[in-house]
Amino acid sequence: MRDVAVIGVGNTKFGELWEYSLRDLFVEAALKALDDAGVDMIDSIYVGTMSSGMFVDQEHIGALVADYVGKKHVPALRVESACASGGFAFRQGLIEVAGGFSDIVLVGGVEKMTDTEDATFALSSAADQDNESYFGATFPALYAMIARAHMHKYGTTRDQLAAVSVKNHNNGSLNPDAQFGRKITIEAVKKSVMVAEPLTILDCSPVTDGAACAVICPLEMAGKFKKKPIKVIGTGVATDTIALHSREDITTLKAVQLSADRAYQMAGKKPGDIDLAEVHDCFTIAEIVVTEELGFAEKGKGGLLVEEGKTALDGEIPINTSGGLKSKGHPVGATGIAQVAEIVRQLRGEAGERQIDNPKVGLTQNMGGSGASSVTHIFEVV
Amino acid sequence: MSVPKTWRGEKYRYRLEAVKCTGCGKTYMPARAVCPECGSRDFEDIKLPAEGKIVTYSMVHVGPAQMQFEVPYAVAIIELENGLRLTTQIVDTQNKELKIGQKVRMVFRKIQEDGKTGVIGYGYKAMLAE
Ligand SMILES: [Zn+2]
Repeated sequence: MRDVAVIGVGNTKFGELWEYSLRDLFVEAALKALDDAGVDMIDSIYVGTMSSGMFVDQEHIGALVADYVGKKHVPALRVESACASGGFAFRQGLIEVAGGFSDIVLVGGVEKMTDTEDATFALSSAADQDNESYFGATFPALYAMIARAHMHKYGTTRDQLAAVSVKNHNNGSLNPDAQFGRKITIEAVKKSVMVAEPLTILDCSPVTDGAACAVICPLEMAGKFKKKPIKVIGTGVATDTIALHSREDITTLKAVQLSADRAYQMAGKKPGDIDLAEVHDCFTIAEIVVTEELGFAEKGKGGLLVEEGKTALDGEIPINTSGGLKSKGHPVGATGIAQVAEIVRQLRGEAGERQIDNPKVGLTQNMGGSGASSVTHIFEVV
Repeated sequence: MSVPKTWRGEKYRYRLEAVKCTGCGKTYMPARAVCPECGSRDFEDIKLPAEGKIVTYSMVHVGPAQMQFEVPYAVAIIELENGLRLTTQIVDTQNKELKIGQKVRMVFRKIQEDGKTGVIGYGYKAMLAE
């Protein structure tokens, strides 16, 4: 198995981008990533998208993006694992390069969510359609039920949930590509429109258009390109039951824990070795539970971790320096790659106003549905 | 909602019919071919108890389009007396406070309809027992 490095990253602005189609979004992110790396020739493409069929009536996304990126006849494949499609696309590209089948691979993710009237319905297809969605359980409702159980079992508070949103909006205010780059307060989160109790609209990630791409190659070739290469040192994925109610413990995201354990093991790292992480804060409670599963807080103490400022930009383990899904936006298929782009920029020292002090090791965690799939990657400065 | 799809779900949605693994005793609804706990492919048919309790819940204020007319409605994970868990709505919750651990009983209700002329989907909901 060959060592692999990220040599280029790029993304569109995230938001309601009325002037962009799905292909426009992907092409812009792809060209930025290729230019960032200084490469023109690629061996293959992996593209993550959750539900282009339901969002814009378009499937066959691999061929579509290969065509419009202008890479005639190049192998290209769409990867789907709900909101973790981007993270899984990254892993498929990684496996292809590590295995020696390709040298330079473009990995990306895209979602065009604002062309449809009912994004909530399309998103609910990531849950168990027959046994959850049919009975009225929306995605916010599923995470609200996780929140309620976590509050009941561990004493997690409403203010701790809100603190995740406040922190991520603070970070997003320093990210020019963020959809909602404005600061908010705990009170504003609690008083905003109720979606699924106890979660309000400011506990939920938004509906977003956007794309992100990365270019990867064997580490031994990576020195030839424009930018400082960032080595991929760990990858891990896991699945869990598709329905939340089938899990033994509603307050635990087992797939997240297992995907992290597998990535830590491959990387030879512990939670304490990680300098910053981009995690899947689709809802505020998700970030709290994920920080526990990643080992940054003891089980049940994730709320305290954020409340005490330990995950802030200047904290001991900054989480979601980009603004996370909450503030930066969550074009579902693009999210996993956008996380990689943020970690790469931070490790290169290119994160501008939100740059943290000299990080060496970063982690990304991206999940699908109510945590039925999760993918974790660990990156290190060479 | 397609007619055959609705028909396929009748057994469990209308009558709470489930299966019990003969290898480890765990129950599943809807029925499965393989037990994820012990790997057995051998199951017996059972009828689920109607009594259970709330494991966790949420009042939904923004629903999918076909359920927006019912908001706010309560959604919960219910644990039936034999340990099986399912997701459903709790009916008649106006002015009542919901709590984790509260006792419920499963009832048969209309779940959703496919427009004015399409298939009507039925199934189980929960009702507070006390
Ligand atoms: Zn069994």
